[in-house]
Amino acid sequence: MATTLDEAAIARDANRRIRRSGNIAGWAFAGPSVVIVLGLSFIPMIWAAYLSLTDSNLVSPGHFIGFANYAALAKDPLLRQAFTNTFLLAVMYLPIGLAAGLAVAILLNRKIKLIGFYRTCFLVPFVASTAAEGILFGFIFDPNFGIVNAGLQAVGLPRQGFLQDPSQALAVLAIVYFWTQFGFNIVIYLAALQDIPQEVLEAASIDGAGRWAKFWHVTLPTVRPVTIFLLVWGLIDVFQFFDLVYTTTRGGPLNSTLTLVYYIWELAFNFFTAGYGAAVAYVLFFTSLIAIIAVLAYGRRRRITL
Amino acid sequence: MTGEQTLQAMPEADLTLHRARIAEADRRMHRSGWRRRLPQRGHLVLMPLSIIVVMPFVWMILTSFMTDTEINTIPPPLWPRHLYTGGYSTVLASSDFPYWFLNSLIVSGAAVLAQLILCSLAGYAFARIQFRGSTVMLILVLATALIPIQLTVIPTFVIFHDIGLINTLGALILPQLTSALGIYLMYAFFQSFPRELEEAGRIDGCSRLQVFWKIVLPLAKPALAALGIITFIYAWNDLFWPLIAITSSHTFTVQVGLTTFQGEHITHWSAITAATTLTTVPVLLVFLIGQRRFIQAITGAVKG
Repeated sequence: MATTLDEAAIARDANRRIRRSGNIAGWAFAGPSVVIVLGLSFIPMIWAAYLSLTDSNLVSPGHFIGFANYAALAKDPLLRQAFTNTFLLAVMYLPIGLAAGLAVAILLNRKIKLIGFYRTCFLVPFVASTAAEGILFGFIFDPNFGIVNAGLQAVGLPRQGFLQDPSQALAVLAIVYFWTQFGFNIVIYLAALQDIPQEVLEAASIDGAGRWAKFWHVTLPTVRPVTIFLLVWGLIDVFQFFDLVYTTTRGGPLNSTLTLVYYIWELAFNFFTAGYGAAVAYVLFFTSLIAIIAVLAYGRRRRITL
Repeated sequence: MTGEQTLQAMPEADLTLHRARIAEADRRMHRSGWRRRLPQRGHLVLMPLSIIVVMPFVWMILTSFMTDTEINTIPPPLWPRHLYTGGYSTVLASSDFPYWFLNSLIVSGAAVLAQLILCSLAGYAFARIQFRGSTVMLILVLATALIPIQLTVIPTFVIFHDIGLINTLGALILPQLTSALGIYLMYAFFQSFPRELEEAGRIDGCSRLQVFWKIVLPLAKPALAALGIITFIYAWNDLFWPLIAITSSHTFTVQVGLTTFQGEHITHWSAITAATTLTTVPVLLVFLIGQRRFIQAITGAVKG
């Protein structure tokens, strides 16, 4: 009897020791990363909430002014402009970016030669620095010396203002943005397409499905989860749109390319209205969060999960 | 039930219909030589498209070897007449570009080294070690991916300013020491890692750190390579934070330097394209060498 008790005690003791060693090792391994990641995100996030209630000018803490910043931003025409521009970018880029990505992925998902070459080409703009690409396209679309206007003139079309024309600048940026991003969409879609078993497509053929029917009833449903992912990813990315604006138009002409992030940067680091900038940043955060949750909720309701 | 049995069990009318369907599908699949060559028809779209996509980079490199007069002729020439290197000498000899390049190498190198160690340690702990609070911590870490940098950047600047980090490379390295994405990548990798090897190591009397260092890490090379490539590309290309955290030219990274260089040399296109070429080449090299791992990592992260 005594021995069994002892054994039980020993076992319990060993268990406790293993658990404790797990606790120590686990925290020793994960601790540094957890402290850095959480420390550099949640602390500033809470601090930003406080800053948004002050009139801080970035270098001095400022005074507590309650919700005055939020009241002011409701009436800020530039913020409305920045919202509209960011929304327009998403509307111009996302549907075409995803559709083109899927179309090219379908072309690549055959026993086709040179697939490695194509994939590399399409990914290069995604990998290269957006700042350099912005500078490059600033030149390509330059109204006077740019190659696009030279081409237009060569075929007898009128020259365009492109990035210097308030009615065209945002669309030009959407095109450049599409160019930088769609390689990513291709690669993600291609990986999803390669997961469709060949037998399923053959079975569909035997049941009399044509090419369109196979696309609608087999391909599209299988890539739907990936579409939801790319939509969320695209939204997050559009909401962070900065590098291209900074290296080309700096928000101009006439604020036609002012995006939310560019506006926040200007407010905090150019105009030194950091408190107000933090308030705008919070509005951006909640808007993007709502958009992402809406997409995910739609996916869940249609029973689409990754 | 085998196919033959199914056929036998079917009424005659259905059977005819079924056979007709198979024949139709067969015809569809092998209709004609043209149809059979159909996959290769994709080249008609893919070839021009891929060339258009990389064209700006080809044009950038060619233009960097042209003189400004050449570049500004209308229509612009497609090929440099001589291999003009004046643009490159402007960049390398009469600007701070060499500093910027070196700074970017230091920051990206430090980021890669630190993330290889810290992300794999954390990913391993979350995947393999049972410790109090691990689930909550993992969820919190992954949730930070939803916090945009614009929200945290203003207070981060204030904090870094107060501790004297602003305008030092430390301000750029500290936020890159580890990342939620890197932790997640390594976590996903270690979850599918065979447990038996570690147990053997434990029985042989190795400590957890020894098991991790001597057994686990050497077998994690593919995942580490992917993490290293992604970290390098991200750190090298970052513009937003360095633009805010660095104010003196000698401490700029290439991306920040590039934007000021552009402002100082407007219309001096041979110099600007030389600078953009030098800025993009390191990343493109890393990508071309490691693209298989890079693609595996980004597609794997989505499916995982």
